[in-house]
Amino acid sequence: MDVMPKWAEVVLVPLISLILAAILSALVILGIGEDPVAAVKLMVSGALGSTYGWGYTLYYATNFMFTGLCVAIAFHARLFNIGGEGQAMLGGLGVALACLYIPWPHWSLALIGATTMAALFGAAWAAIPAFLQAKRGSHIVITTIMFNFIAAAVLNYILVNMLRPKGSMDPATARFPDATKLPTLHDLLAPIGINFSKAAPANISLLVAIAACFFLWVLIWRTRLGYEIRAYGHSESAAKYAGISPVKITMITMIISGGLAGMMAINNVMGESERLVLNATEGAGFIGIAVALMGRSHPLGVFLAAILFGFLYQGGAELALWTSIPRELIVVIQALVILFTGALDNMVRMPLEKIFLSIRNARAPKPERKPVEPAE
Amino acid sequence: MNDKTDMERQATAAPAIELKGISKAFGPVQANKDISIRVMPGTIHGIIGENGAGKSTLMSILYGFYKADKGEIFISGQKTDIPDSQAAIAAGIGMVFQHFKLVENFTVLENIILGAEDGRLLKPSLAKARKSLLKLADDYGLKVDPDALIQDIGVGMQQRVEILKALYRQADILILDEPTGVLTPAEADQLFRILGRLRSEGKTIILITHKLREIMEITDTVSVMRRGQMTATVKTAETSPAELAELMVGRKVLLRVDKVPAQPGDVVLDIHGLRVVDEKGVERLRGIDLQVRAGEILGVAGVAGNGQSELLEVLGGYQTATGTVHVKGQALDLTGKQSDGQSRRNHGIAHVPEDRQREGLIMDYHAWENTAFGYHKDPSYRSGILMNNAAIKADTVEKMERFDVRPPNPKLAAKNFSGGNQQKIVLAREIERNPDLLLIGQPTRGVDIGAIEFIHQQIVALRDQGKAILLVSVELEEILALSDRVAVMFDGQVMGVRNAADTDEKELGLMMAGITDADAKIGV
Repeated sequence: MDVMPKWAEVVLVPLISLILAAILSALVILGIGEDPVAAVKLMVSGALGSTYGWGYTLYYATNFMFTGLCVAIAFHARLFNIGGEGQAMLGGLGVALACLYIPWPHWSLALIGATTMAALFGAAWAAIPAFLQAKRGSHIVITTIMFNFIAAAVLNYILVNMLRPKGSMDPATARFPDATKLPTLHDLLAPIGINFSKAAPANISLLVAIAACFFLWVLIWRTRLGYEIRAYGHSESAAKYAGISPVKITMITMIISGGLAGMMAINNVMGESERLVLNATEGAGFIGIAVALMGRSHPLGVFLAAILFGFLYQGGAELALWTSIPRELIVVIQALVILFTGALDNMVRMPLEKIFLSIRNARAPKPERKPVEPAE
Repeated sequence: MNDKTDMERQATAAPAIELKGISKAFGPVQANKDISIRVMPGTIHGIIGENGAGKSTLMSILYGFYKADKGEIFISGQKTDIPDSQAAIAAGIGMVFQHFKLVENFTVLENIILGAEDGRLLKPSLAKARKSLLKLADDYGLKVDPDALIQDIGVGMQQRVEILKALYRQADILILDEPTGVLTPAEADQLFRILGRLRSEGKTIILITHKLREIMEITDTVSVMRRGQMTATVKTAETSPAELAELMVGRKVLLRVDKVPAQPGDVVLDIHGLRVVDEKGVERLRGIDLQVRAGEILGVAGVAGNGQSELLEVLGGYQTATGTVHVKGQALDLTGKQSDGQSRRNHGIAHVPEDRQREGLIMDYHAWENTAFGYHKDPSYRSGILMNNAAIKADTVEKMERFDVRPPNPKLAAKNFSGGNQQKIVLAREIERNPDLLLIGQPTRGVDIGAIEFIHQQIVALRDQGKAILLVSVELEEILALSDRVAVMFDGQVMGVRNAADTDEKELGLMMAGITDADAKIGV
């Protein structure tokens, strides 16, 4: 009985939302006296016009895939995990410890070890708010936000007082050993004859992120656990009736969610900076919320939305670099995209449903339906 | 007030309400098709029909919630546009909803003026309202305490407040939507007396219900709706329940359940000293002792909210309790790790919950996903670590066929089925597990007559296979039709157990109101 066909639901609605966001963004750019067409050209060429641009776009997209999946899986259990940022920070700590203190013989083993540590640290950081929600009823939105601040403070303390190499003025760890250096897209694509930019930070973590998207899809739609998570998200009372424990589902979902956020660290900490610095996450945990919203909490949607936001990030950086459009305006554009794809969803959906309805009615006229009578 | 109605009666021979050719479609669904009714002033007009027949849509159009695609509304002969509920109130239409729209922690008086305050200051409005409330109470015999909090007064009284709200807004036409759903038989009788009084004072009343008995008892004329169309309008005196039922469903209906006497076997469910204290510290069950034998149906009657829900929740495994419960001689864990829905199912207990939309089904899940609900860990639904969706779908197709679920499409979301078909999905899932004990709450709430017949037959068939059935229902008629023995609950206790053959609505009604056996015998 759905009014719209599925393709309109998943393609047309976000597309129209995006176009609306783009038009408004263009107006804003016009408003500060810049040329929107030139700005778009610059964004596209900067983010997609070269393998260097692509390298950055995909690097950002990798971050957003992990944090987007983190928010998406929690959404399925109707849990709003805003703590992706803090969980990713802790994931960074896990990666740093794994890379610094274990002598890895090869990057592949280091990747496995670091991923595990990153996921464990992120999961542990998410498990505390999850426990407080499940057992004590403390609202997870509040606790995860607070845990972001705690994570930042903890990391600050650990970096300054414990992990900072002696004599260094920089609140960051030492550089990771060479054996933990992850292959970049340049390294991966060279053997098959593609000359990818050497300078771009996109690395093998992208493949891990894509694999995570796939595994999450299997988990959500094909396993008993995913079935229980979705059931709990749709109706807690029904879940109780079916014998699905709310405590168990809350804990497990948040642990998976935190683990995914933590895994982001293999991209930005291990793959890019190769040491743990302060504020390594750069807000990717929050972008993940927008990515999950836009991607309708579906792993494929998250994948596509992450690439879009990667493009906005990289294109925005180019804009800030080459024009007098300030960096803050890029944030405005991102906000518009979030606003239109997430919050104002129904604004696009309702008129669209009406259009589809009238098309359907026009195609299959009911015999008893007479043409509209003329107004009196 | 009286002058006005008298004048009106003389001045207008026009019907109080006349609908002409009302049509309304929701997308592809034609909810109302070319409906015309005339209701004369000072009469009670019943509208009866199955769930989804379009009764509520029609009334929502009349009250301004929906706008009709086509058609005209005449109030006392005047063509009237009703774009919103304010306009409906202005036209003298008052509505009493099935679910009361009262603020629990406001007093009666505050609720009555809510939305009809005269100015920014409350005090003058309240004083004025108090005066007119007393007058209304006098005129129509609607006594309430204006200063009582809504949360402290009973359901029957709350409904009275709803009626007063409408009268305070000068309603001449009252629409009541399923008004007796939450009332005891005695309260329902009282309501009917009030309606009779209102009628004699010249008010026009439209009563929407699916209960044939009420239509026969109180209405002057009755319209029958089926699938969005008005199939007949007849004088109540000239029709019979059987004829109305046939008009509603479109075929002959068995109003009584055909069943042979029960052959009770061993005790399957043995409840002893069951107590439940809720989160607020209120004792919801206060020492329940009940037994259900194999091959019998024990009906639990009572007004909603007297502990029946908690009883089902404890047995279903999602409410902790003290006391002992044995199923086939095995003790159930009432507080610990084994007190959940999964282990209850392992004990051979199937459960059709009272509220299928909140508990029994995930409304956004497809029918096939719902067929596995609660049994999703069953080995036959598994392939390795994944769920065997193909097997579940195949199973669903078979179940839908056997239980005549329409449309038989396993990929349709549960929310897109009608109430009766949703219930059949739940019933198919639970009954086909071949349980030793079936818990079933409100089996036909919100279910159309045609499906009621089918559901009742399934329950009796399960009994005849030698299964124990615990039936909870607020419909006394249903309890009497299905049960072999009847237990009546009041205030968390069992007031008594009767053989269904040896009791009647009157006795049970007294017990439901909390009047004990001894009192009942003396005849209080």
